[in-house]
Amino acid sequence: MPEAPPDDEPALQVEDLDVTYGRAVSALRSVSLTVPHGTVVALLGANGAGKTTLLRAVSGTLRLHRGAVTAGRIHYGTTELDGRDPVAAVRAGVVQVPEGRRVFAGLTVDENLRSGGLGLGRRRPDQVARARERVFTLFPRLAERTRQAAGLLSGGEQQMLAIGRALMAAPRLLLLDEPSLGLAPQMVHRIAEVVREINAQGTAVLLVEQNAGMALSLADTAHVLEVGEVRLSGPADELARTDAVKRLYLGETSGEGAETAQRAGTTEGQGAA
Amino acid sequence: MTSLLDNVFNGLALGAVYALVALGFVIIFKASGVMNFAHGSLLLLGGYLTAVLHDDLGFAGALAVSVLVTAAVAGAMDRFLLQAGGPDPHTAHVQTIVTIGVDILILTDLSRRIGGDLLSLGDPWGDSVSGLGPVTVADSRIAAIVVSAVVIAGVFALFRYTTWGLSLRASAEDVEAAALMGVRLVRVRMLAWCLAGALAALAAVFLAAFPAPGLERTTGQIALKAFPAAILGGMASPPGALAGSLLIGMTEALVAGYQSELHVLGEGFGDVAPYAVMVLVLLVRPTGLFGGKAAVRV
Repeated sequence: MPEAPPDDEPALQVEDLDVTYGRAVSALRSVSLTVPHGTVVALLGANGAGKTTLLRAVSGTLRLHRGAVTAGRIHYGTTELDGRDPVAAVRAGVVQVPEGRRVFAGLTVDENLRSGGLGLGRRRPDQVARARERVFTLFPRLAERTRQAAGLLSGGEQQMLAIGRALMAAPRLLLLDEPSLGLAPQMVHRIAEVVREINAQGTAVLLVEQNAGMALSLADTAHVLEVGEVRLSGPADELARTDAVKRLYLGETSGEGAETAQRAGTTEGQGAA
Repeated sequence: MTSLLDNVFNGLALGAVYALVALGFVIIFKASGVMNFAHGSLLLLGGYLTAVLHDDLGFAGALAVSVLVTAAVAGAMDRFLLQAGGPDPHTAHVQTIVTIGVDILILTDLSRRIGGDLLSLGDPWGDSVSGLGPVTVADSRIAAIVVSAVVIAGVFALFRYTTWGLSLRASAEDVEAAALMGVRLVRVRMLAWCLAGALAALAAVFLAAFPAPGLERTTGQIALKAFPAAILGGMASPPGALAGSLLIGMTEALVAGYQSELHVLGEGFGDVAPYAVMVLVLLVRPTGLFGGKAAVRV
């Protein structure tokens, strides 16, 4: 275990994490991973593997699902995150874009963006303006629709709004839960570009995906979760070449588009690549 | 002989007061998914405090203390009883039952204190009346309409323009997404309860003022008419609560005003009318007037 890095370049470190739902259902067992400052880390796995649970543990929303961290530690830089409430994560600079977008459908685009800054309390107007500027530069489409109800946007636009909303909190680490879910291939491509751009601006990204082709093309390192445990870990390009990943997560083709979402079995256990 | 104008004005005044109660009821439901069955008791508590304090503090001072204390009681009830285990979106129905228990506790104690008395709240309007064109109306009713309009406009402004309002609307839409944005769920929800308590305490003044004889232990039950108002408005819609209240107030006033023409329906139909209207509206629009599903494209 390397000593904690200085706080201007914090890393997310998850160590030996166990998560249990309702005191009975074990969802994660001994999961460890690191998201170094400024990198993109992909987390792959089938439905029910525990990807979303991991993000909930980091963001502090396990409690809303009757879950709890039963062992292990999560910290971001020098800030402990396990057992804290979601505000702590947002304040530390760790912001999640939940699966299924979850924009506030009845609120306007503008109100959705404002809501993204709620965790930071009072901020100077110029900071808010800068965050908004960044969002509108990334997603010019949103700038044209600020007064429209978010529920009336298309799926792709909602995903952009969900990402934009998270960016309003000026995160240093963005947790993205299945941003490609249910989107047309062209939109998946656009989301991938956006993730690259956000990362180039200095924000680290933990990308949870079933679309392994897209995720591995973006990520520096990747981890594969299977039934609550990390099965494979390694540099994304090496992982993309391993047989297990090719077969289970990439399909026969090279994995272009949303259709790669697969219903893989879960038995294959190979050592870390 | 009452004219149509008299009745309409009375209906407006009643509706304005019901709106204060129904709005609080809806704010609580929106913020926490809980039907607050203790709302009538909170209202009675507010009225009682104003009644016992106005000799010493004057009406304005007593009302201010009463509003603050009732707000605090409502907030504490939510924070330390209902939310004791932290934010949990799955137990709203259990919490609803808890409010019935709280209602019984508060009501029993206040009934003991009030007994059979009629308490004056010491409001400045007394039984004075003013002529508004062709109709003669009680000053207390004019005050009810003006105060309600100002306060309700203020509440809507809070919803729209403040951080708290945005937090409340966001968490009402999606608790988890709001939590992920860093909304302090427990605090936002508790403040909603405080606001609802304050509105109830204010409403008590107008429910006890002329032409009502004063505050009695059953005044809280009058607030039950705000339930159909909230429900037929759509339960989670503040504008719906407003529209529903005006509808209920108007119905009640008109039925009472034309009682003699409506005698086929029996004596005291005015008390039943709000519920009859609620049932009729729900038959046509089961989600309430404003409760229609928001336009959502998925």
